[in-house]
Amino acid sequence: MPLFPRLYNFAHWLTQNRHEAEDLVQETCLKALKGFASFRQGSDFRAWIYKILRNTFLTSRSGLKQATVSLDDDESDIPEPVTETTPESILLAGLDYERLQRALAELPVQYRESILLCDVEEMSYQQIADTLAIPLGTVMSRLSRARRAMRAALAGDASGASR
Amino acid sequence: MTCDELRGKLAAYADSELPAAESAELESHLRGCNACAAEAAARFKMKQMIRAAGLFHTPTPEFRNQLQRSIAAGRRPAWLSGWLPRLAVTAAAAVVLIACVALWIDRSQREHSFAELADIHIATLASASPVDVVSTDRHTVKPWFAGRIPFTFNLPELQNTEFTLAGGRVTYFHQNPGAQLLFNLRKHQISVFIFRDQAGVLSSLGGDQTDTRLAFHLESFATGGLRYFIVGDAPASDLHALAELLKRAARS
Repeated sequence: MPLFPRLYNFAHWLTQNRHEAEDLVQETCLKALKGFASFRQGSDFRAWIYKILRNTFLTSRSGLKQATVSLDDDESDIPEPVTETTPESILLAGLDYERLQRALAELPVQYRESILLCDVEEMSYQQIADTLAIPLGTVMSRLSRARRAMRAALAGDASGASR
Repeated sequence: MTCDELRGKLAAYADSELPAAESAELESHLRGCNACAAEAAARFKMKQMIRAAGLFHTPTPEFRNQLQRSIAAGRRPAWLSGWLPRLAVTAAAAVVLIACVALWIDRSQREHSFAELADIHIATLASASPVDVVSTDRHTVKPWFAGRIPFTFNLPELQNTEFTLAGGRVTYFHQNPGAQLLFNLRKHQISVFIFRDQAGVLSSLGGDQTDTRLAFHLESFATGGLRYFIVGDAPASDLHALAELLKRAARS
């Protein structure tokens, strides 16, 4: 199972709890085994299994709780937000794992999953759109907001995402 | 391409989502614009840092093994999915287990007690003087127990029956003093044990019961605050007939 550690990492970021992440991965693997016949040969296996995991998460207790955060997804054409974080401050910043991880954990789940699939799982916008079942424009919008929050966190401004 | 146009495409460029022609145009701009080049570099660095920070959670070896076992075991039935059915199944299993253990303890205790009574009966028969009061007369045997045991009991009239009274002795069962009466039936000898029906080991033998162990039959019943055990190698129906006579006598 080469995907197993990555699936677990993603599940843990979604649930933010080890036991729930384990349950989620186990449930996902069993569902994938059971429904393997529904997987179309030639299509993206990674997007398929991440989609199962994400849908399973959404129907779980913590998934339902996190999904109640209201989001306005009609902002796919919003301009890149202006922040006070300069490119130089990013380039000069050391790799502060804890601050970035805290910022990731604090992101609303819709932004967190988008940025994880893009930057950690290195999925294309189309793969992310397929996995999350959202339009391409929404993928870009969520990535933009998530990155603004992450940049703000790195610059020590934790309020960047909520502005 | 102006700086504003470029900034709008920088995210897609850093994510390798920009078509080749637009990427070439953007890179051409970056070579001549320090501000945009710094912004592009910052974006690449952010991606790199988020990737490093995001690859954080690792599964435990125990979970990896558990998952491999559950996959090897095949699919789980749909009704077993979710935490609630799992909890219900666990709770049901615990209840069944507790019930089984309780039944086992109860049964084992009962069997042990029956075996003990059978042992007393056999030891009595093997004794040179099996009874301390030797009499076929119930009006002799019953008064003999007065002052020797902390209760009294009635004995049945055995005329016109096949049973004859041989006598009695004081006995102890789980530290409880009681009466052991010996009856003859044809060539069989039958012991009737009478104890106070109280809490403790005797209560575990509660309820009217019959049992057969090593060809010995046992019948038990409780009446008037007393518990009776009838043990012998006579047919179970004969033991039952004696039990009925004792019950009638107890009620009279």
